[in-house]
This record gives sequence, structure tokens and C-alpha cells, in this order.
Amino acid sequence: MQLFTCPFCGPRPETEFHFGGDAGNARPGAEASATDWTDYLFFRHNRKGVAREIWMHLSCREAFLMERDTVTHAVTATHALGSEA
Amino acid sequence: MTRHYSALSVLKEGMRGQKGWAQAWRSPQPAKRYAVVIIGGGGQGLATAYYLAKTHGVKRIVVIERGWLGGGNTGRNTTAIRSNYYYPESTELYDLSLRLYETLGRDLNYNIMLSQRGMMQIVSSPGEMEMAARQVNAMQLNGVQAELLDRAEVQRRVPIYNYAPDARYPVYGAIFQARAGIARHDAVAWGYARAADALGVDIIQQCEVQGFVVEGGRCVGVQTSRGEIRADRVGMAVAGSSGVMAEKAGFRLPITSYTLQACVSEPVKPIFDTVLVSPMTGAYVSQSDKGEMVIGGGLDRVPSYGQRGNLPQLETVLSGVLEMFPIFRQLRLLRQWGGTVDVTPDSSPIFGESPLPGLYINGGWGTGGFKAIPAGGTLFAHILASGGHHPISAPFDLNRFRTGHLLDEAAGAGIAH
Repeated sequence: MQLFTCPFCGPRPETEFHFGGDAGNARPGAEASATDWTDYLFFRHNRKGVAREIWMHLSCREAFLMERDTVTHAVTATHALGSEA
Repeated sequence: MTRHYSALSVLKEGMRGQKGWAQAWRSPQPAKRYAVVIIGGGGQGLATAYYLAKTHGVKRIVVIERGWLGGGNTGRNTTAIRSNYYYPESTELYDLSLRLYETLGRDLNYNIMLSQRGMMQIVSSPGEMEMAARQVNAMQLNGVQAELLDRAEVQRRVPIYNYAPDARYPVYGAIFQARAGIARHDAVAWGYARAADALGVDIIQQCEVQGFVVEGGRCVGVQTSRGEIRADRVGMAVAGSSGVMAEKAGFRLPITSYTLQACVSEPVKPIFDTVLVSPMTGAYVSQSDKGEMVIGGGLDRVPSYGQRGNLPQLETVLSGVLEMFPIFRQLRLLRQWGGTVDVTPDSSPIFGESPLPGLYINGGWGTGGFKAIPAGGTLFAHILASGGHHPISAPFDLNRFRTGHLLDEAAGAGIAH
């Protein structure tokens, strides 16, 4: 069982967390083109190696930013979200 | 040298001390230029090469593999083959695959050990039973034979399942596809490799694609660890590495790579003669010809390229298996492993030309690529030979994510991933 560190609750088991997609995938405005909209909805960086992702801690319902390696699973940092969600 | 495999050749070679068997495939030096480059020497890539040469008569084809043949998901799956899907588009694709599998051993002159022992999907509530009837009706309307079994029939066919009154998920019945089954996964890769090689396809292992050669906005080849290789068309069939290849080519895909785990028990005497899945426990089991229980389940919940798997999901799957088969409590686990699967939002694959012209995709198979190898190869060969879609592959174009014509087969996958 891997522990992820929720910025609000501290280290908790990985099963309490839900993957929320790439960090920086901002929701487009109402005037967005179909391409921008489907980019936002479906298309992913899916990076091998270091990735910046949004995760939710299901216990406290807070979303946060996690930097981790998608090959080694090492987590380098977790942050509360600022303006970068 | 003996090339053809038959009982007679086994007898002849046995009498000559097994000295005369020809190599199954060559390991040539890559040429500078080909008609078609296929990235990925798994089942999909090798089948594509075979059908390109066999059906379309294309000369000068190369398959480039970073590791070894069938070392990715082709060699890591649980070998189930089935076509119990819901939508007509999916049925066209997966039943084509099952039909091709039925004659593949003869077509390739290679024993893929296909065993059509049927697949049973357990139903655990009255509400689910109604949905199961809908699924069976849909399959029959799509021309695929399916049966809805009641509890007594399930009990007759699989007496070792948990029918206790206090079972967590009681058995109300099951969806049964008799033509489904299992095959030897390595043999599928090796059979296609051998047959493709015999038709002149170059298979290059231990060769990594490091980038794409782009001229005038068009992909005209690949840069590899063994030099530049040019081609009229480039196809990629790299499963979990689709995102990595897409990044090198400068575009993104609607794909997230996850680990899918599987495991096998120690081998025991034959006790279980079908493939059985319970969507409620999230686990499925078959017994291999060697006697091992082959066990699979849902995806790990953490996106990963790790090819090994996390413990929580393994615990979920094994708990499910023991709930389904209390008798398996005595079994010891022999091996566990993981593969990197490329999951799309609608659980359907992606075929067609990529955003980089000249580069074509066969991917997004997620958890179900093995069963689709013969069809995937047939359709991708058509695409690479003609530059356009086959009628069966057209609904699976990448463009469906732009137009909204998704083929949401999440329910058809058997396990909620």
C-alpha cells in the first residue's frame, strides 16, 4: 500500500485518493471551439516519468496537485491548489 | 530444413535427432527504406504485418520492436477471447476477431491452442438479470450466439462456485457465450511472426523508435536506435506506450495508461472448464492447460507505466476470487505481474491516421487487445495499404472524440474498470 500525502490530512493510503487528470487542463469558456472543448474533455498528456496531476482525497473531498513519477510511483510533492488547477 | 509444422514433420525430425528444424524467423539488419514501418512487435503489430503481406501483397514491410516479440501486453494478458459486446460496431470488430481466431492455427500453421470453452458472466441480482437479458438479446440481434442461463444451469456447469445462502453476491444466472475461450498468447505472437517472416517481413527486435522523420508536415519515417528508417506509411501499435509515441510525434491522444494486473496459482488437476467473470466481485478466472488458475480483474486506480501493479487492487481481485470460489483458499499464488494498458474514455480502440499525416494508429485497446489481435491486424493492414478506413474500423477513428460519436463499451468490458 502506497501512502500519498494529502496537503490537508497528511499521509493516507492510496485507496483514499482519486485521479483527476493533468494539472493545468483548464476548463474552456462557453465560446470555446469544439476542438478546444474536446481537447479539455478527452485528450491527455499521459506522461511517462515526471507528471503534474490533480488528485482528490476522497475522505476530505479536497482536490490538490501531486507531482509524481508514473514509472517509479515516487511522489516528489503535493500542494494545495492555487490558481494552477 | 523442416519449415512446415505437422505430425509427420515432428515424426521425421524426431528420427533425425531434431537437428533439421528451420529458424522460426530471421533477425535481419534493417534496410534504409520500406513501404511500411510498423512500430511495435506485439500481437497487433505482427498481425498487421502478416495481413499486409498476405492479403494486400505489400512487399518491404518492417516491424520494429524495442524489447522482444510479444513481451508487452500480448505476453501479459489472461488470454480470454470473446465477442460478447453490446454495440453493433463493437460486435462487428470483436466477432470478426473471434472468427479469425477459429481458423488461425491452420492459417498460420502454428498451434495457438485455442480452446473454445465458453465464457460465463455471473449475474447477482434480479435487476442485473433484466440487464443480462437485454445484453443477450443485443448479442443475438447482432448475430452472435449467446445464452441466458438460470441459477440451476450455472450450478450444473460450475459446481465449485459459491452458492451458499449467505454468499455476498448470490447467483441469479449468467450470460454465456459458448464460442468464447482462451488461447496460448505467446503462440499468437510467434505464429504471426513466423508466418509474416515467411512472407518476407523483416522483424527487428531490440530496436527503439526514438523519433519521427517529418518532412513537409508528413511522417516519412522513424529515427531508431539502429539508424533512420524511411517508409511511405508508418503505423504504430504500441499499446501502453501510445502516449509516449504521440508525444514524440507532437500530438496528444485521448488515452491514459494504467496498470492491469494478473496472476496465476500453482497448477492443479482440471477442476474448472470455462472462463468465468463476476462483475460484482470484479474478478475473473480460467484454468490454463498447465492447470494454473489464471486470475484477472480491474485496473489499478493509479495511472502508471510501471508494469508491476499495486497491492490494493491485487487484494480486491483475490478477495473476489475467494468469494466466488471458496475452494481456491487452499491454492498458493505462483506469479503476479502487470502490463501497461492504454485506456480510452469510451473503452473502445482507436484506428486510423493520426494528427501527423503519414503516421497511423492502432491503439487504445485498454484491457482487451489480445482478443482483438486478428481483427486489429486485418483492419490496420487495410488502413496502411489503402490509406483509408475499412468499414469495420471507421467508427473507431480518432475523430469520434471531436464529433461526439463515442462507442461507450464500458459495460461491455465485463469488469468495471
